[in-house]
Amino acid sequence: MSIQVNNLTHIYSPGLPHESVALDDVTFSAEDGEFIGIIGHTGSGKSTLVQHLNGLLKPTSGSIIVSGTDITGPGVVMREIRKKIGLVFQYPEYQLFEETVEKDVAFGPRNLGLSEEEIEERVREAIGLVGLDYEAVRERSPFDLSGGQKRRVAIAGVIAMKPEVLILDEPTAGLDPKAHRDVLEMIEKIHAHEENIIILVSHNMNDIARLADKVLVMDRGKLAMQGTPEEVFAEEERLEAIGLALPQPAQLMKMAREKGLAFEGSFLTLDAVEEALYNYLKKDQI
Amino acid sequence: MLRDITLGQYYPGESWIHRLDPRVKIIAALVYVAALFIVDNLIGFAIALAALAAVIIISKVPLSFILKGLKLIFLIIIFTVIMNLFMIKGGDVLVEIGPLSIEEKGLYTAFFMAARLILLIIGSSMLTLTTKPISLTDGIEALLSPFSKIGVPAHELAMMMTIALRFIPTLLEETDKIMKAQQARGADFESGNLISRAKSLIPILIPLFIGAFRIAHDLAMAMEARCYRGGQHRSRMNAMKLSGRDAAASVMLAVFLAAVIVIRIVL
Ligand SMILES: Nc1ncnc2c1ncn2[C@@H]1O[C@H](COP(=O)(O)OP(=O)(O)O)[C@@H](O)[C@H]1O
Ligand SMILES: [Mg+2]
Repeated sequence: MSIQVNNLTHIYSPGLPHESVALDDVTFSAEDGEFIGIIGHTGSGKSTLVQHLNGLLKPTSGSIIVSGTDITGPGVVMREIRKKIGLVFQYPEYQLFEETVEKDVAFGPRNLGLSEEEIEERVREAIGLVGLDYEAVRERSPFDLSGGQKRRVAIAGVIAMKPEVLILDEPTAGLDPKAHRDVLEMIEKIHAHEENIIILVSHNMNDIARLADKVLVMDRGKLAMQGTPEEVFAEEERLEAIGLALPQPAQLMKMAREKGLAFEGSFLTLDAVEEALYNYLKKDQI
Repeated sequence: MLRDITLGQYYPGESWIHRLDPRVKIIAALVYVAALFIVDNLIGFAIALAALAAVIIISKVPLSFILKGLKLIFLIIIFTVIMNLFMIKGGDVLVEIGPLSIEEKGLYTAFFMAARLILLIIGSSMLTLTTKPISLTDGIEALLSPFSKIGVPAHELAMMMTIALRFIPTLLEETDKIMKAQQARGADFESGNLISRAKSLIPILIPLFIGAFRIAHDLAMAMEARCYRGGQHRSRMNAMKLSGRDAAASVMLAVFLAAVIVIRIVL
Protein backbone atom coordinates (compact mmCIF):
# COMPACT_ATOMS: atom_id res chain seq x y z
CA MET A 1 0.00 0.00 0.00
CA SER A 2 1.29 3.43 -0.92
CA ILE A 3 -0.13 6.81 -1.81
CA GLN A 4 1.63 9.18 -4.16
CA VAL A 5 0.21 12.71 -4.49
CA ASN A 6 1.57 14.69 -7.43
CA ASN A 7 1.16 18.45 -8.01
CA LEU A 8 -2.29 18.49 -6.46
CA THR A 9 -4.17 21.75 -6.95
CA HIS A 10 -7.73 22.44 -5.89
CA ILE A 11 -9.77 25.56 -6.61
CA TYR A 12 -13.19 25.95 -4.98
CA SER A 13 -15.92 27.58 -7.11
CA PRO A 14 -13.65 28.26 -10.10
CA GLY A 15 -14.79 31.20 -12.21
CA LEU A 16 -17.14 32.61 -9.57
CA PRO A 17 -16.55 35.79 -7.59
CA HIS A 18 -15.80 33.75 -4.43
CA GLU A 19 -13.24 31.49 -6.12
CA SER A 20 -10.50 30.31 -3.73
CA VAL A 21 -7.31 28.33 -4.26
CA ALA A 22 -7.36 25.84 -1.39
CA LEU A 23 -4.48 23.62 -2.56
CA ASP A 24 -1.58 24.75 -4.66
CA ASP A 25 0.83 22.23 -6.19
CA VAL A 26 1.07 19.76 -3.30
CA THR A 27 3.36 16.74 -3.74
CA PHE A 28 4.12 14.04 -1.17
CA SER A 29 3.95 10.30 -0.62
CA ALA A 30 2.94 7.87 2.11
CA GLU A 31 4.43 4.39 2.39
CA ASP A 32 3.22 1.24 4.06
CA GLY A 33 2.95 1.45 7.84
CA GLU A 34 3.87 5.12 7.95
CA PHE A 35 2.37 7.56 10.43
CA ILE A 36 1.96 10.94 8.78
CA GLY A 37 1.14 14.13 10.63
CA ILE A 38 -0.35 17.16 8.87
CA ILE A 39 -0.17 20.51 10.64
CA GLY A 40 -1.13 24.00 9.58
CA HIS A 41 -3.31 26.97 10.37
CA THR A 42 -7.09 26.92 10.10
CA GLY A 43 -7.90 27.41 6.43
CA SER A 44 -4.50 26.25 5.23
CA GLY A 45 -6.09 23.44 3.20
CA LYS A 46 -5.63 20.39 5.44
CA SER A 47 -9.21 19.18 5.21
CA THR A 48 -9.34 19.86 1.50
CA LEU A 49 -6.17 17.80 1.05
CA VAL A 50 -7.38 14.74 2.95
CA GLN A 51 -10.76 14.75 1.21
CA HIS A 52 -8.92 14.21 -2.06
CA LEU A 53 -7.21 11.09 -0.81
CA ASN A 54 -10.38 9.00 -0.89
CA GLY A 55 -11.95 10.67 -3.89
CA LEU A 56 -14.52 12.86 -2.12
CA LEU A 57 -13.10 15.89 -3.90
CA LYS A 58 -11.78 15.93 -7.43
CA PRO A 59 -8.59 17.90 -7.98
CA THR A 60 -8.51 20.84 -10.35
CA SER A 61 -5.20 19.43 -11.53
CA GLY A 62 -2.66 16.85 -10.38
CA SER A 63 -2.92 13.16 -9.62
CA ILE A 64 -3.25 10.78 -6.69
CA ILE A 65 -1.82 7.30 -7.20
CA VAL A 66 -3.04 4.67 -4.73
CA SER A 67 -1.11 1.40 -5.08
CA GLY A 68 -0.47 2.04 -8.76
CA THR A 69 -3.96 3.32 -9.76
CA ASP A 70 -4.66 6.95 -10.43
CA ILE A 71 -7.88 7.56 -8.49
CA THR A 72 -8.51 10.87 -10.24
CA GLY A 73 -8.75 9.11 -13.58
CA PRO A 74 -11.96 7.98 -15.28
CA GLY A 75 -13.57 4.62 -14.58
CA VAL A 76 -12.35 4.32 -11.01
CA VAL A 77 -14.74 2.44 -8.71
CA MET A 78 -15.08 4.76 -5.74
CA ARG A 79 -16.31 2.00 -3.47
CA GLU A 80 -12.98 0.19 -3.89
CA ILE A 81 -11.07 3.36 -3.00
CA ARG A 82 -13.21 4.09 0.06
CA LYS A 83 -12.79 0.50 1.23
CA LYS A 84 -9.02 0.97 1.26
CA ILE A 85 -8.91 4.54 2.52
CA GLY A 86 -11.00 5.45 5.55
CA LEU A 87 -11.60 9.08 6.44
CA VAL A 88 -12.81 10.27 9.83
CA PHE A 89 -14.13 13.81 9.41
CA GLN A 90 -13.75 16.64 11.85
CA TYR A 91 -16.49 16.34 14.52
CA PRO A 92 -17.48 12.89 13.25
CA GLU A 93 -20.09 12.50 15.98
CA TYR A 94 -22.37 14.76 13.92
CA GLN A 95 -22.79 11.97 11.37
CA LEU A 96 -24.26 9.40 13.75
CA PHE A 97 -27.79 8.51 12.75
CA GLU A 98 -28.77 4.97 13.75
CA GLU A 99 -30.90 3.86 16.67
CA THR A 100 -28.14 1.83 18.28
CA VAL A 101 -24.38 2.05 18.45
CA GLU A 102 -24.07 -1.40 16.91
CA LYS A 103 -26.17 -0.48 13.86
CA ASP A 104 -24.32 2.76 13.36
CA VAL A 105 -20.90 1.14 13.41
CA ALA A 106 -22.23 -1.54 11.05
CA PHE A 107 -23.25 1.07 8.43
CA GLY A 108 -19.84 1.15 6.73
CA PRO A 109 -19.17 -2.60 6.68
CA ARG A 110 -22.73 -3.18 5.43
CA ASN A 111 -22.13 -0.78 2.54
CA LEU A 112 -19.11 -2.89 1.64
CA GLY A 113 -21.47 -5.81 1.13
CA LEU A 114 -19.96 -8.10 3.78
CA SER A 115 -21.75 -11.11 5.29
CA GLU A 116 -23.72 -10.67 8.54
CA GLU A 117 -21.20 -12.71 10.57
CA GLU A 118 -18.31 -10.71 9.18
CA ILE A 119 -20.14 -7.46 9.94
CA GLU A 120 -20.84 -8.48 13.53
CA GLU A 121 -17.26 -9.59 14.02
CA ARG A 122 -15.89 -6.31 12.70
CA VAL A 123 -18.30 -4.19 14.73
CA ARG A 124 -17.31 -6.02 17.89
CA GLU A 125 -13.63 -5.61 17.12
CA ALA A 126 -13.92 -1.92 16.18
CA ILE A 127 -15.92 -1.01 19.28
CA GLY A 128 -13.28 -2.81 21.37
CA LEU A 129 -10.44 -1.02 19.60
CA VAL A 130 -11.87 2.42 20.37
CA GLY A 131 -11.96 1.44 24.02
CA LEU A 132 -15.68 0.95 24.56
CA ASP A 133 -17.36 -2.06 26.14
CA TYR A 134 -19.18 -3.82 23.30
CA GLU A 135 -21.82 -5.53 25.45
CA ALA A 136 -22.52 -2.35 27.41
CA VAL A 137 -22.96 0.04 24.50
CA ARG A 138 -24.20 -2.06 21.57
CA GLU A 139 -27.91 -1.55 22.28
CA ARG A 140 -27.63 2.05 23.44
CA SER A 141 -28.62 5.03 21.33
CA PRO A 142 -25.50 6.84 20.12
CA PHE A 143 -27.22 10.13 21.01
CA ASP A 144 -27.29 9.21 24.71
CA LEU A 145 -23.52 8.88 24.99
CA SER A 146 -21.07 11.52 26.21
CA GLY A 147 -19.20 13.69 23.71
CA GLY A 148 -16.01 11.65 23.91
CA GLN A 149 -17.89 8.37 23.62
CA LYS A 150 -19.86 9.60 20.61
CA ARG A 151 -16.62 10.46 18.91
CA ARG A 152 -15.23 7.00 19.59
CA VAL A 153 -18.34 5.38 18.14
CA ALA A 154 -17.99 7.52 15.04
CA ILE A 155 -14.33 6.55 14.67
CA ALA A 156 -15.26 2.90 15.19
CA GLY A 157 -17.66 3.26 12.26
CA VAL A 158 -14.70 3.94 9.99
CA ILE A 159 -12.29 1.46 11.59
CA ALA A 160 -14.85 -1.31 11.12
CA MET A 161 -14.28 -0.96 7.39
CA LYS A 162 -10.66 -2.03 8.05
CA PRO A 163 -9.09 0.59 5.80
CA GLU A 164 -5.46 0.17 4.80
CA VAL A 165 -5.10 3.92 5.21
CA LEU A 166 -6.85 5.64 8.10
CA ILE A 167 -7.13 9.42 7.86
CA LEU A 168 -8.29 11.39 10.88
CA ASP A 169 -9.13 15.08 10.48
CA GLU A 170 -8.54 16.78 13.84
CA PRO A 171 -9.92 13.87 15.84
CA THR A 172 -9.29 15.58 19.19
CA ALA A 173 -10.86 18.96 18.38
CA GLY A 174 -13.14 20.12 21.16
CA LEU A 175 -12.37 17.27 23.56
CA ASP A 176 -11.33 17.69 27.20
CA PRO A 177 -7.73 16.74 28.11
CA LYS A 178 -8.60 13.23 29.23
CA ALA A 179 -10.71 12.42 26.18
CA HIS A 180 -7.93 13.93 24.06
CA ARG A 181 -5.38 11.57 25.59
CA ASP A 182 -7.72 8.59 25.23
CA VAL A 183 -8.36 9.26 21.55
CA LEU A 184 -4.64 9.53 20.83
CA GLU A 185 -3.87 6.34 22.71
CA MET A 186 -6.62 4.69 20.72
CA ILE A 187 -5.05 5.87 17.45
CA GLU A 188 -1.68 4.46 18.50
CA LYS A 189 -3.35 1.18 19.39
CA ILE A 190 -5.13 0.99 16.05
CA HIS A 191 -1.90 1.76 14.22
CA ALA A 192 -0.11 -1.05 16.06
CA HIS A 193 -3.00 -3.47 15.63
CA GLU A 194 -3.88 -2.87 12.00
CA GLU A 195 -0.41 -1.90 10.77
CA ASN A 196 -2.07 0.57 8.45
CA ILE A 197 -0.99 3.98 7.22
CA ILE A 198 -2.27 6.69 9.54
CA ILE A 199 -2.66 10.27 8.39
CA LEU A 200 -3.40 12.51 11.35
CA VAL A 201 -4.43 16.13 10.88
CA SER A 202 -3.86 18.06 14.07
CA HIS A 203 -3.33 21.43 15.65
CA ASN A 204 -1.39 19.91 18.49
CA MET A 205 2.37 20.01 17.87
CA ASN A 206 3.07 17.80 20.90
CA ASP A 207 1.00 14.94 19.50
CA ILE A 208 2.45 15.22 16.02
CA ALA A 209 6.05 15.42 17.31
CA ARG A 210 5.53 12.33 19.43
CA LEU A 211 3.66 10.13 16.98
CA ALA A 212 4.47 10.99 13.38
CA ASP A 213 7.17 9.43 11.21
CA LYS A 214 6.74 12.23 8.72
CA VAL A 215 5.29 15.72 9.13
CA LEU A 216 3.64 17.81 6.41
CA VAL A 217 3.28 21.53 7.11
CA MET A 218 0.52 23.30 5.18
CA ASP A 219 0.49 27.07 4.71
CA ARG A 220 -2.16 28.88 2.65
CA GLY A 221 -2.71 25.90 0.36
CA LYS A 222 0.97 25.16 -0.18
CA LEU A 223 2.99 22.34 1.31
CA ALA A 224 5.48 24.58 3.12
CA MET A 225 7.68 21.91 4.68
CA GLN A 226 7.91 18.15 4.92
CA GLY A 227 10.26 15.77 6.70
CA THR A 228 10.78 13.88 9.93
CA PRO A 229 9.62 15.64 13.09
CA GLU A 230 13.29 16.30 13.94
CA GLU A 231 13.84 18.02 10.60
CA VAL A 232 10.64 20.05 10.65
CA PHE A 233 10.81 21.18 14.27
CA ALA A 234 14.47 22.15 13.85
CA GLU A 235 13.31 25.02 11.63
CA GLU A 236 11.74 27.04 14.36
CA GLU A 237 11.89 30.37 12.56
CA ARG A 238 10.10 29.11 9.48
CA LEU A 239 7.42 27.53 11.62
CA GLU A 240 7.00 30.77 13.52
CA ALA A 241 6.67 32.72 10.26
CA ILE A 242 3.82 30.37 9.32
CA GLY A 243 2.28 30.97 12.72
CA LEU A 244 3.02 27.58 14.25
CA ALA A 245 4.87 26.90 17.48
CA LEU A 246 7.34 24.25 18.59
CA PRO A 247 6.15 21.31 20.67
CA GLN A 248 6.18 22.20 24.37
CA PRO A 249 9.17 19.98 25.29
CA ALA A 250 11.24 21.65 22.57
CA GLN A 251 10.10 25.08 23.77
CA LEU A 252 11.20 24.26 27.29
CA MET A 253 14.67 23.16 26.20
CA LYS A 254 15.01 26.19 23.97
CA MET A 255 14.36 28.41 26.99
CA ALA A 256 16.98 26.45 28.93
CA ARG A 257 19.47 26.94 26.11
CA GLU A 258 18.77 30.66 26.05
CA LYS A 259 19.70 30.72 29.76
CA GLY A 260 23.08 29.30 28.78
CA LEU A 261 22.55 25.62 29.49
CA ALA A 262 24.13 23.39 26.82
CA PHE A 263 21.40 21.03 25.61
CA GLU A 264 21.81 19.56 22.15
CA GLY A 265 19.10 17.82 20.14
CA SER A 266 15.47 18.30 19.12
CA PHE A 267 13.57 17.16 22.27
CA LEU A 268 10.27 16.15 20.74
CA THR A 269 8.93 14.28 23.73
CA LEU A 270 8.79 14.76 27.48
CA ASP A 271 10.79 11.55 27.89
CA ALA A 272 13.70 13.01 25.93
CA VAL A 273 13.58 16.15 28.10
CA GLU A 274 13.45 14.10 31.27
CA GLU A 275 16.48 12.07 30.23
CA ALA A 276 18.51 15.16 29.30
CA LEU A 277 17.66 16.92 32.58
CA TYR A 278 18.48 13.78 34.54
CA ASN A 279 21.89 13.48 32.89
CA TYR A 280 22.55 17.17 33.40
CA LEU A 281 21.71 17.07 37.10
CA LYS A 282 23.70 13.88 37.60
CA LYS A 283 26.78 15.51 36.06
CA ASP A 284 26.31 18.44 38.40
CA GLN A 285 26.39 16.19 41.42
CA ILE A 286 29.76 14.72 40.64
CA MET B 1 -21.25 22.19 -5.51
CA LEU B 2 -24.07 23.02 -3.16
CA ARG B 3 -22.25 26.17 -2.13
CA ASP B 4 -22.50 27.61 -5.63
CA ILE B 5 -26.27 27.91 -5.39
CA THR B 6 -26.85 31.62 -5.00
CA LEU B 7 -29.98 31.89 -2.94
CA GLY B 8 -31.62 35.25 -2.59
CA GLN B 9 -29.69 36.03 -5.78
CA TYR B 10 -28.08 39.19 -4.47
CA TYR B 11 -25.62 40.68 -6.95
CA PRO B 12 -23.11 42.74 -4.95
CA GLY B 13 -22.67 46.27 -6.24
CA GLU B 14 -22.49 49.94 -5.38
CA SER B 15 -24.83 51.33 -8.02
CA TRP B 16 -27.41 54.05 -7.52
CA ILE B 17 -30.10 51.36 -7.38
CA HIS B 18 -28.15 49.27 -4.86
CA ARG B 19 -27.88 52.25 -2.54
CA LEU B 20 -31.59 53.12 -2.57
CA ASP B 21 -33.45 52.63 0.67
CA PRO B 22 -34.92 49.10 0.79
CA ARG B 23 -38.36 50.50 1.65
CA VAL B 24 -38.38 52.56 -1.52
CA LYS B 25 -37.29 49.57 -3.57
CA ILE B 26 -39.93 47.29 -2.09
CA ILE B 27 -42.67 49.83 -2.78
CA ALA B 28 -41.31 50.42 -6.28
CA ALA B 29 -41.41 46.69 -6.99
CA LEU B 30 -45.00 46.47 -5.75
CA VAL B 31 -46.03 49.50 -7.82
CA TYR B 32 -44.30 48.05 -10.88
CA VAL B 33 -46.14 44.75 -10.51
CA ALA B 34 -49.45 46.60 -10.09
CA ALA B 35 -48.66 48.75 -13.14
CA LEU B 36 -48.17 45.65 -15.25
CA PHE B 37 -51.76 44.74 -14.57
CA ILE B 38 -53.00 48.22 -15.41
CA VAL B 39 -51.21 48.19 -18.77
CA ASP B 40 -53.34 46.81 -21.60
CA ASN B 41 -51.77 47.99 -24.84
CA LEU B 42 -48.47 48.07 -26.71
CA ILE B 43 -47.49 51.63 -25.72
CA GLY B 44 -48.03 50.80 -22.08
CA PHE B 45 -45.82 47.74 -22.37
CA ALA B 46 -43.18 49.76 -24.16
CA ILE B 47 -43.09 52.18 -21.21
CA ALA B 48 -42.89 49.33 -18.70
CA LEU B 49 -40.11 47.71 -20.70
CA ALA B 50 -38.19 51.00 -20.96
CA ALA B 51 -38.50 51.54 -17.19
CA LEU B 52 -37.17 48.07 -16.49
CA ALA B 53 -34.32 48.48 -18.99
CA ALA B 54 -33.34 51.74 -17.32
CA VAL B 55 -33.26 50.08 -13.90
CA ILE B 56 -31.14 47.19 -15.22
CA ILE B 57 -28.67 49.53 -16.88
CA ILE B 58 -28.31 51.78 -13.84
CA SER B 59 -27.91 48.77 -11.52
CA LYS B 60 -25.00 47.41 -13.58
CA VAL B 61 -26.21 43.85 -13.01
CA PRO B 62 -25.22 41.91 -16.16
CA LEU B 63 -28.23 40.81 -18.18
CA SER B 64 -26.75 37.31 -18.52
CA PHE B 65 -26.68 36.99 -14.71
CA ILE B 66 -30.35 38.01 -14.48
CA LEU B 67 -31.44 35.59 -17.17
CA LYS B 68 -29.34 32.67 -15.90
CA GLY B 69 -31.42 32.37 -12.77
CA LEU B 70 -34.71 32.40 -14.70
CA LYS B 71 -34.18 29.59 -17.19
CA LEU B 72 -36.72 27.23 -15.68
CA ILE B 73 -39.34 29.96 -15.34
CA PHE B 74 -38.94 30.87 -19.02
CA LEU B 75 -39.64 27.25 -19.94
CA ILE B 76 -42.91 27.45 -18.04
CA ILE B 77 -43.80 30.73 -19.76
CA ILE B 78 -43.12 29.27 -23.21
CA PHE B 79 -45.38 26.36 -22.36
CA THR B 80 -48.26 28.62 -21.27
CA VAL B 81 -47.81 30.81 -24.34
CA ILE B 82 -48.17 27.80 -26.62
CA MET B 83 -51.25 26.63 -24.73
CA ASN B 84 -52.84 30.08 -25.01
CA LEU B 85 -52.00 30.39 -28.69
CA PHE B 86 -53.93 27.31 -29.61
CA MET B 87 -56.64 27.24 -26.97
CA ILE B 88 -58.09 30.73 -27.02
CA LYS B 89 -60.46 31.29 -29.91
CA GLY B 90 -61.98 34.42 -31.37
CA GLY B 91 -61.36 36.86 -34.23
CA ASP B 92 -59.81 35.96 -37.58
CA VAL B 93 -58.12 32.63 -38.10
CA LEU B 94 -54.44 33.38 -38.69
CA VAL B 95 -52.82 29.97 -39.11
CA GLU B 96 -54.28 26.52 -39.51
CA ILE B 97 -52.25 23.36 -38.89
CA GLY B 98 -54.43 20.31 -39.24
CA PRO B 99 -56.98 20.32 -36.42
CA LEU B 100 -55.15 23.17 -34.63
CA SER B 101 -55.56 26.82 -35.39
CA ILE B 102 -54.24 30.10 -34.10
CA GLU B 103 -56.79 32.85 -33.96
CA GLU B 104 -56.38 36.57 -33.45
CA LYS B 105 -57.57 36.67 -29.86
CA GLY B 106 -55.28 33.78 -28.90
CA LEU B 107 -52.28 35.60 -30.33
CA TYR B 108 -53.08 38.78 -28.40
CA THR B 109 -53.68 37.00 -25.14
CA ALA B 110 -50.54 34.90 -25.48
CA PHE B 111 -48.40 37.91 -26.32
CA PHE B 112 -49.67 40.11 -23.52
CA MET B 113 -49.50 37.36 -21.00
CA ALA B 114 -45.92 36.47 -21.91
CA ALA B 115 -44.85 40.11 -21.85
CA ARG B 116 -46.57 40.68 -18.53
CA LEU B 117 -45.04 37.58 -16.91
CA ILE B 118 -41.53 38.23 -18.17
CA LEU B 119 -41.56 41.85 -17.03
CA LEU B 120 -43.08 40.80 -13.73
CA ILE B 121 -40.45 38.19 -13.01
CA ILE B 122 -37.47 40.26 -14.08
CA GLY B 123 -38.88 43.35 -12.38
CA SER B 124 -39.34 41.63 -9.04
CA SER B 125 -36.00 39.86 -9.27
CA MET B 126 -34.33 43.26 -9.67
CA LEU B 127 -35.42 43.89 -6.09
CA THR B 128 -33.59 40.85 -4.69
CA LEU B 129 -30.65 41.27 -7.05
CA THR B 130 -29.89 44.78 -5.82
CA THR B 131 -30.89 44.49 -2.15
CA LYS B 132 -29.01 42.50 0.48
CA PRO B 133 -31.34 39.93 2.08
CA ILE B 134 -30.81 41.59 5.45
CA SER B 135 -31.77 45.05 4.19
CA LEU B 136 -34.75 43.48 2.50
CA THR B 137 -36.06 42.07 5.76
CA ASP B 138 -35.32 45.37 7.51
CA GLY B 139 -37.35 47.10 4.83
CA ILE B 140 -40.23 44.67 5.19
CA GLU B 141 -40.21 45.14 8.93
CA ALA B 142 -40.30 48.91 8.59
CA LEU B 143 -43.14 48.77 6.07
CA LEU B 144 -45.15 46.35 8.19
CA SER B 145 -44.60 48.11 11.51
CA PRO B 146 -47.61 50.46 11.15
CA PHE B 147 -49.75 47.32 11.07
CA SER B 148 -48.33 46.01 14.34
CA LYS B 149 -51.07 48.04 16.08
CA ILE B 150 -53.64 45.71 14.55
CA GLY B 151 -51.68 42.66 15.64
CA VAL B 152 -49.29 42.01 12.75
CA PRO B 153 -46.06 40.75 14.37
CA ALA B 154 -43.84 42.81 12.06
CA HIS B 155 -40.62 42.46 14.01
CA GLU B 156 -41.05 38.74 14.61
CA LEU B 157 -41.79 38.07 10.93
CA ALA B 158 -38.74 40.02 9.86
CA MET B 159 -36.54 38.31 12.45
CA MET B 160 -37.73 34.89 11.28
CA MET B 161 -36.93 35.77 7.69
CA THR B 162 -33.52 37.14 8.65
CA ILE B 163 -32.62 34.01 10.59
CA ALA B 164 -33.85 31.71 7.84
CA LEU B 165 -31.83 33.59 5.22
CA ARG B 166 -28.78 33.64 7.46
CA PHE B 167 -28.83 29.87 8.01
CA ILE B 168 -29.48 28.67 4.47
CA PRO B 169 -25.77 28.68 3.58
CA THR B 170 -24.89 27.12 6.94
CA LEU B 171 -27.31 24.26 6.40
CA LEU B 172 -26.14 23.74 2.83
CA GLU B 173 -22.58 23.50 4.10
CA GLU B 174 -23.67 21.07 6.80
CA THR B 175 -25.47 18.93 4.21
CA ASP B 176 -22.38 18.86 2.05
CA LYS B 177 -20.24 17.76 5.00
CA ILE B 178 -22.64 15.04 6.12
CA MET B 179 -23.01 13.69 2.58
CA LYS B 180 -19.25 13.45 2.22
CA ALA B 181 -18.87 11.80 5.61
CA GLN B 182 -21.45 9.13 4.78
CA GLN B 183 -19.89 8.62 1.35
CA ALA B 184 -16.60 8.03 3.14
CA ARG B 185 -18.41 5.23 4.95
CA GLY B 186 -19.39 3.71 1.62
CA ALA B 187 -22.86 5.26 1.28
CA ASP B 188 -24.11 5.47 -2.28
CA PHE B 189 -26.72 8.09 -3.20
CA GLU B 190 -26.74 7.68 -6.93
CA SER B 191 -27.48 4.08 -7.87
CA GLY B 192 -30.36 1.75 -7.08
CA ASN B 193 -34.12 2.05 -7.51
CA LEU B 194 -36.32 4.78 -6.09
CA ILE B 195 -36.92 3.02 -2.77
CA SER B 196 -33.28 2.30 -2.07
CA ARG B 197 -32.38 5.83 -3.06
CA ALA B 198 -34.99 7.28 -0.74
CA LYS B 199 -33.64 5.03 2.01
CA SER B 200 -30.12 6.24 1.36
CA LEU B 201 -31.28 9.74 2.35
CA ILE B 202 -31.88 8.68 5.96
CA PRO B 203 -28.18 8.84 6.92
CA ILE B 204 -28.16 12.43 5.63
CA LEU B 205 -31.49 13.68 6.90
CA ILE B 206 -31.25 12.49 10.50
CA PRO B 207 -27.89 14.14 11.23
CA LEU B 208 -29.06 17.22 9.32
CA PHE B 209 -32.21 17.59 11.43
CA ILE B 210 -30.30 16.99 14.63
CA GLY B 211 -27.77 19.58 13.51
CA ALA B 212 -30.50 22.09 12.65
CA PHE B 213 -32.08 21.67 16.09
CA ARG B 214 -28.68 22.03 17.73
CA ILE B 215 -28.00 25.25 15.81
CA ALA B 216 -31.49 26.58 16.60
CA HIS B 217 -31.06 25.76 20.27
CA ASP B 218 -27.62 27.40 20.45
CA LEU B 219 -28.93 30.48 18.67
CA ALA B 220 -31.91 30.75 21.01
CA MET B 221 -29.59 30.49 24.02
CA ALA B 222 -27.24 33.10 22.61
CA MET B 223 -30.14 35.50 21.96
CA GLU B 224 -31.57 34.85 25.40
CA ALA B 225 -28.17 35.42 27.01
CA ARG B 226 -28.08 38.85 25.38
CA CYS B 227 -31.55 39.64 26.70
CA TYR B 228 -33.32 39.58 23.33
CA ARG B 229 -36.93 40.59 23.93
CA GLY B 230 -38.38 41.05 20.49
CA GLY B 231 -38.98 44.35 18.79
CA GLN B 232 -39.85 46.73 21.61
CA HIS B 233 -37.48 49.61 22.30
CA ARG B 234 -34.78 48.23 20.07
CA SER B 235 -32.66 50.72 18.22
CA ARG B 236 -30.85 49.81 15.01
CA MET B 237 -27.20 49.72 14.18
CA ASN B 238 -27.93 50.81 10.61
CA ALA B 239 -30.89 53.13 10.89
CA MET B 240 -32.65 53.54 7.57
CA LYS B 241 -32.66 57.15 6.43
CA LEU B 242 -34.31 58.45 3.30
CA SER B 243 -31.99 60.57 1.17
CA GLY B 244 -32.29 62.80 -1.88
CA ARG B 245 -31.70 59.71 -3.98
CA ASP B 246 -34.79 58.08 -2.51
CA ALA B 247 -36.87 61.21 -3.10
CA ALA B 248 -35.75 61.29 -6.75
CA ALA B 249 -36.61 57.60 -7.16
CA SER B 250 -40.03 58.16 -5.63
CA VAL B 251 -40.79 61.02 -8.02
CA MET B 252 -39.75 58.89 -11.01
CA LEU B 253 -41.92 56.08 -9.72
CA ALA B 254 -44.92 58.41 -9.43
CA VAL B 255 -44.34 59.71 -12.99
CA PHE B 256 -44.16 56.14 -14.28
CA LEU B 257 -47.39 55.15 -12.52
CA ALA B 258 -49.17 58.25 -13.75
CA ALA B 259 -48.03 57.60 -17.33
CA VAL B 260 -49.30 54.06 -17.22
CA ILE B 261 -52.69 55.11 -15.84
CA VAL B 262 -53.08 57.95 -18.34
CA ILE B 263 -52.28 55.67 -21.25
CA ARG B 264 -54.77 53.12 -20.05
CA ILE B 265 -57.53 55.74 -19.83
CA VAL B 266 -56.72 57.69 -22.98
CA LEU B 267 -55.98 54.88 -25.41
N1 LIG C 1 -16.74 23.67 0.39
C1 LIG C 1 -15.96 24.75 0.23
N2 LIG C 1 -16.26 25.70 -0.69
C2 LIG C 1 -15.48 26.79 -0.87
N3 LIG C 1 -14.36 27.04 -0.19
C3 LIG C 1 -13.98 26.15 0.75
C4 LIG C 1 -14.75 24.96 1.02
N4 LIG C 1 -14.14 24.27 2.00
C5 LIG C 1 -13.04 24.98 2.33
N5 LIG C 1 -12.95 26.10 1.58
C6 LIG C 1 -11.85 27.11 1.65
O1 LIG C 1 -10.62 26.47 1.34
C7 LIG C 1 -9.60 26.86 2.23
C8 LIG C 1 -9.01 25.66 2.93
O2 LIG C 1 -9.96 25.13 3.83
P1 LIG C 1 -9.75 23.78 4.63
O3 LIG C 1 -9.24 22.74 3.71
O4 LIG C 1 -11.03 23.49 5.35
O5 LIG C 1 -8.61 24.20 5.67
P2 LIG C 1 -8.21 23.55 7.08
O6 LIG C 1 -8.80 22.20 7.17
O7 LIG C 1 -6.72 23.57 7.04
O8 LIG C 1 -8.75 24.47 8.13
C9 LIG C 1 -10.22 27.89 3.16
O9 LIG C 1 -9.88 29.16 2.67
C10 LIG C 1 -11.69 27.64 3.06
O10 LIG C 1 -12.41 28.84 3.24
MG1 LIG D 1 -10.14 21.41 8.62
